[in-house]
Amino acid sequence: MSILSDIAASLQRGEDDEVASLVRQALDDGQDAVAILHGGLIAGMGVVGEQFREREIFLPDVLLAARAMYAGLALLKPLLAKDGVPTAGTVVIGSVRGDLHDIGKNLVGIMLAGAGFDVVDLGSDVAPERFVDAACDHGASVIGLSALLTTTMPVMKDVVELVRARGLQDRIKIIVGGAAVSDAWARQIGADAYGYDAASAVERVRALARTPA
Amino acid sequence: MRPSLTLLGTDLVRRILAEARDLLDTIGLDIHNPAVQDMLLAEGARVDPSTARVRLGAALLDRALASAPRTFRLHDALGRETHHFGSGTVSFTPGSAAINVLDGETGAIRAPLTADYVRYAKVVGGLRHIASQSTAFIPADVPSAVSDSYRLFLSLLYGEKPIVTGAFTIEAFEVMRDLLVIVRGSEAALRERPLAVFSCCPTAPLKWSDVTSQNVVDCARSGIPVEFISMPLAGFMSPVTIVGSLVQQTAETLSGLVISQVASPGAPILWGGSPAIFDIRYETTPMGAVETMMIDCAFTEIGHSLGLPTQAYMGLSDAKALDAQAGLESGLGVVLAALSGVDNVSGPGMLDFESCYSLEKLVVDHEICGMAQRLIRGIEPRDDFPARPLFEELIREKHLLIAKHTRRHLRDEIAFPGPVIDRANQARWADEGRLTLGARARREVERLVAAWEPPRLGDDVKAQLDRRMASAARRAGMDALPKRDA
Repeated sequence: MSILSDIAASLQRGEDDEVASLVRQALDDGQDAVAILHGGLIAGMGVVGEQFREREIFLPDVLLAARAMYAGLALLKPLLAKDGVPTAGTVVIGSVRGDLHDIGKNLVGIMLAGAGFDVVDLGSDVAPERFVDAACDHGASVIGLSALLTTTMPVMKDVVELVRARGLQDRIKIIVGGAAVSDAWARQIGADAYGYDAASAVERVRALARTPA
Repeated sequence: MRPSLTLLGTDLVRRILAEARDLLDTIGLDIHNPAVQDMLLAEGARVDPSTARVRLGAALLDRALASAPRTFRLHDALGRETHHFGSGTVSFTPGSAAINVLDGETGAIRAPLTADYVRYAKVVGGLRHIASQSTAFIPADVPSAVSDSYRLFLSLLYGEKPIVTGAFTIEAFEVMRDLLVIVRGSEAALRERPLAVFSCCPTAPLKWSDVTSQNVVDCARSGIPVEFISMPLAGFMSPVTIVGSLVQQTAETLSGLVISQVASPGAPILWGGSPAIFDIRYETTPMGAVETMMIDCAFTEIGHSLGLPTQAYMGLSDAKALDAQAGLESGLGVVLAALSGVDNVSGPGMLDFESCYSLEKLVVDHEICGMAQRLIRGIEPRDDFPARPLFEELIREKHLLIAKHTRRHLRDEIAFPGPVIDRANQARWADEGRLTLGARARREVERLVAAWEPPRLGDDVKAQLDRRMASAARRAGMDALPKRDA
């Protein structure tokens, strides 16, 4: 096996120290940073993502792999051109105004970060204006709204309408989730997607982030 | 600490045992087998040949109890140890022996065929919480004279796990022993590494038939372990009170133990039974009744008080379909059996008063068994003290999903069932096809059948098994055995 294959395999096992050590060794051997990034780290994460979609591995396995990827990436970043550092995009998340429940939202945040997104977590009880302002400030292409309570679900609609009122609906997509939320609800309020769990949320966000503005 | 269930307590156990011993000494029991009567007479039993009545005194009982082994081991077809009865482990085996199967495709209850048995053997092989096979149902496409040995034959051809079985006639025992010896290579090797447990049933109240008493003797002399299956029927063929039925079950089981130990001191046995209450409203013998389970658990407590390994028919249901009743009765039975520490629990897969077998129910019950095994592993601290460092990490990292503590203990602490038990949220469940329990169970049965791999017995061994079975079938009037899948 080549050292790039070793890096990918080690990443899939979630061995962060080992990945860092192998990346260091590859650099010492004269390997190109971009080649290590694509042939080792991104290749490894690709397998992990596929296994996760097929339910062969589970959430902690993905998080461990992501941590291992960042351990390697930290060594490569200074050597990569600024636009060579991969990012899946920026997502603003939060529980909507009046809702203090944040376990599901936190899980989605962890998974998004693991999948390579920059996550701006606004916490719970977040007003519609803060979601939209933060998305603009951070250049986010997706806002993730969480609500556990049927009484707070209507706030999701307020966020959707605010994005439209500001004319941002082509640039900022909205995904909703939470115990009482459903696909039908998402369609009813005009949200762009619904995630029924953290894994599906990542898939949907990935698709939204790819949607051309 | 391992959780456990106590229903009787030391004093009540002592009184039940004393009453059972008194019954055997004073009233005695009927043994309809002259050779067994003679054998017991020679060891001090009081025998009335004109009535077949045999009375067993204290000295004979004490000798038998002293020689019965407190532990013994069972091995699979390849000779690997699978069970250490008496060591405190709880093992599960499919219920037996049904005369019908619930057809997973049509929902019909019908007579089983060879093809059904082959599918069953393939499924059992893939279930990790089911430690042994049993000859769970009786194929109707062979003559009844060989239906007992034929089940064992199929189990040996299609599975590696050891087998809980039984002979319906005295003659069948020889065929079945021959099949086991063929797999092991010799009688001595079979005695050294038992491959099967034979169920031997007294008849309520206080009787042993010619066949079953002879089976006990034959097994003991061949070193084949026996489980005694006493079947009191509370309120019908035994006292309606649980304690009264326990006195009877204890007396019947002690008598079996005496027959076994006189035939061959040290012969391995399981203290077991299949008691039930009698439901006077329907004239049925419900295995899913809580009182039935109470008799089972209490009887296990009596066996353990004697230091003996135990067996019980628990985890069965009287439902006629894979429905909520099937789940609740089997779940209750499996959990109570595990908490009672039954060494070998016979039941998974069984419906309709032990008369109907369902592969779909077996795969559901299998997951219940996994949960019960987790339950009796109990609760113990695992790097939990002092607690502060872990909570500091939780607050710092905001979660413990990938903490070392989580990774180290996740699989020990949490037994994830599946794929039959559904834990997806509603949306994911819908996304994955809205499968009902029955549909998930059917899918799992098909997966296990497809994943089956042939037992690693030599081709010469399989050919010998085939010849021996074909010979027995010919004697029963069948020219050729039914065709089988690979």
